[in-house]
Amino acid sequence: MSHTHNHLHQHGHDFAPGDERPDAEGIAEGIRNYLIGLGLAVLLTATSFFIAGTHLVWQPSIPVALIVLAIAQMGVHLVFFLHITTGPENTNNVMALAFGVLIVFLVIGGSIWIMDHMNQNMIPMDQIMQMQR
Amino acid sequence: MTSIPFTSETPERPRVGHGSHGHGHGHDAATGGGPASKRVFVAYGFWIFLLSDIIMFSAFFAAYAVLVKETAGGPTARDIVDLQNAALETAFLLASSFTCGLASIAVAARSKLWFYVGMAVTCLFGLGFLSLELAEFIHLIGTGAGPTRSAFLSAFFTLVGCHGLHVSIGILWLLTMMAQVFAKGFRADIERRILCFALFWHALDIIWVALFTVVYLMGSIQ
Repeated sequence: MSHTHNHLHQHGHDFAPGDERPDAEGIAEGIRNYLIGLGLAVLLTATSFFIAGTHLVWQPSIPVALIVLAIAQMGVHLVFFLHITTGPENTNNVMALAFGVLIVFLVIGGSIWIMDHMNQNMIPMDQIMQMQR
Repeated sequence: MTSIPFTSETPERPRVGHGSHGHGHGHDAATGGGPASKRVFVAYGFWIFLLSDIIMFSAFFAAYAVLVKETAGGPTARDIVDLQNAALETAFLLASSFTCGLASIAVAARSKLWFYVGMAVTCLFGLGFLSLELAEFIHLIGTGAGPTRSAFLSAFFTLVGCHGLHVSIGILWLLTMMAQVFAKGFRADIERRILCFALFWHALDIIWVALFTVVYLMGSIQ
């Protein structure tokens, strides 16, 4: 019985991103989900702002910590606000997201990588100006 | 879209569970295996658009990351970021994202009153965010740190301003949805638009998370 139910669930219907979950038991469950998301997001944001202003942690670790916290918070927003989950009816949404994330990393990572190398290997700008005279 | 007769999507779809509405269980997909409901198609298409929008933002983020040191002797990121302002903006946007979620639940619960309340509060938080950002921009331009000062400031104003532009468009869309619900009620097509609006608004908050981390917090520790 449960097997047929799962089978139907996998092939029966895809799930719209942002839609309320089908297993949500009414309004209370929905509000609870948003409250959990809000609580986690506030916690992560507060930690980010605290870490940026504190001298309690090893300074060079701060940028990495901020990036990790930001990615964690984006995950919280995706799961609790946009309802992007790992469920089988959500596969299409997750695959599209994964492709988007890949392109984002290529664009940002590639730009920083290439421009950093160019900055190191090129003649400084003031010397180029001198040569053009 | 408007050529589809109303009867193809009855407003009173079969309800599933307690008060939760037919997401994807619409009658065209009720038997399983058939094509997904229009609601799923529309939301999925809009999800693809949002991802492309995020990729566009990633180009602005890349430009900012590359140009952040090119201050041309002008103010640096550390000089111009105001963490208190950024914290308040973050709080406003996060709160608006939450109330937008409550408005979505009000749609599912078929409560017009709570939908209006949720959307109005979302609108107020959004306007609060925009006014703070506008005040920040006016202050910066007034102190000679406008977008023409250096490559860094051009990138800063482009990135932050583009997000602000999205929020402005979102507020116009929000007011449109309130008016449409007022005039036409919770019709299936209106509901799909509300779903897309909610996705748009939550996505703006995700971009803001990246923005306050990269521009404001990392700017303040440089």
